[in-house]
Amino acid sequence: MKKSEDINFEEAMKNLEEIANELEKNELDLDKAVEKFEEGMELSKKCNEILTNAEKRITILINNGDGNLDEEPFDANQA
Amino acid sequence: MEYNPITVTELNLYIKDKFNKDEYLNNVLIKGEISNFKHHYTGHMYFTLKDENSLIKCIMFKSYTNNLKFVPRDGMKVIVLGTVSVFERDGVYQIYCKAMQEDGLGSLHIAYEELKAKLEKEGLFDPRYKKEIPKMPKCIGVLTSNTGAVIRDIINVSTRRNPNVYIKLLPVPVQGEGAAQKIAEAIKIMNEKKLADVIILARGGGSLEDLWPFNEEIVARAIFASELPVISAVGHETDFSISDFVADLRAPTPSAAAELAVPNISDFVLKLDNYQLRYKNALKKKIEIMRLRFEKCMMRRAFSNPLQNIQDKYLYIDKLNKSMQTNVTLKLQNSKTKMVELVTKLDSLSPLKTLTRGYSILEKDGKIIKSVNNLKKDDEINIRLIDGKAKAKICE
Repeated sequence: MKKSEDINFEEAMKNLEEIANELEKNELDLDKAVEKFEEGMELSKKCNEILTNAEKRITILINNGDGNLDEEPFDANQA
Repeated sequence: MEYNPITVTELNLYIKDKFNKDEYLNNVLIKGEISNFKHHYTGHMYFTLKDENSLIKCIMFKSYTNNLKFVPRDGMKVIVLGTVSVFERDGVYQIYCKAMQEDGLGSLHIAYEELKAKLEKEGLFDPRYKKEIPKMPKCIGVLTSNTGAVIRDIINVSTRRNPNVYIKLLPVPVQGEGAAQKIAEAIKIMNEKKLADVIILARGGGSLEDLWPFNEEIVARAIFASELPVISAVGHETDFSISDFVADLRAPTPSAAAELAVPNISDFVLKLDNYQLRYKNALKKKIEIMRLRFEKCMMRRAFSNPLQNIQDKYLYIDKLNKSMQTNVTLKLQNSKTKMVELVTKLDSLSPLKTLTRGYSILEKDGKIIKSVNNLKKDDEINIRLIDGKAKAKICE
């Protein structure tokens, strides 16, 4: 299984839906169903991590004069 | 003094007649600012035209509104061509507008329409070039002024939807000389350095002149060339800038742009929870079905009473045993009966039986004598009678 940072969130959501459908169709044998169940739980945990573990960052890009941009924190209340 | 009053209607009709006979009032050009604008559902437009000191009611009937080149709204400075007349029911005079255009913006409007037509013809607005806005962008690039309400609104809405949002503000001037150039450059920089997953190009409301940079070709081309999806949110909901048409998505306001770019995390969290619930339920159901199948199987006799078969076999053996015994006994009895019969028959044929009738048997040396030739004088013989034996001697 991929690390949560490597997961494409949209793909992961699609996978989660597919797994749910497969499980609910009840056509898998028990071993496979348990396997899918674990895969889905793991994936949803990772998606949750992406959503909740990201760090809030609001920055402003400032031209430093030599053609590059410096990234600095930006406080909207002072805007 | 004799009173000779007229009715209100007569008075208003009299005044109306005065107005209508006035050449000047029949065709007058008035400039002013629109307020209280209402586009009635019948299609007619009702508004007030005012300047610093005075105001007059205006109406534009549906048949004339079709020719308007813009959407009138409050605060707009316009020039109106119309007739001043009296609405006798209410006793008011008002302008019946025939035509209206924005004051002083004629040339900008023409430029706008020309550029719009040109870019549309080139296909810059074509839906097939529109890129999809990512559902879960890691970073949102915002091009707008670093001061003012717009960036604040965007940050507020974004953080409300996703407390962990990552926003990069690349400040650009949003009006005035050179702004278009700077905006186009900023779009290019965002793309070259891949600074974000989606770009919001935003500006608050303003006059057509204020919004003008967003109607310039250089900005339109930069948006079209952008590989990063661009959401354009320029002015109020009723303002349509060229950048809105070229962008991959138009947002009516900067706040709306933030809503379109930043997913609502709680929705996703709910969705994820729901998936987990679905998995658990599906697996539970699966296990329940397996359990029922197992139980049904175990209910079958082979499992519920495994000795039954053996018991059945024992019973069968017992039955065979019994029938065998019966058969043997019967056979034995039959044989006995037969034997008795035979013995009786044998008995009836026995020579001893003859003795009862008075005959006797002569024996010599244990042998039965059947002829006199076997006898000679002085032979001792045995005589067997029915009730015993006697010895005798042959005399001659």
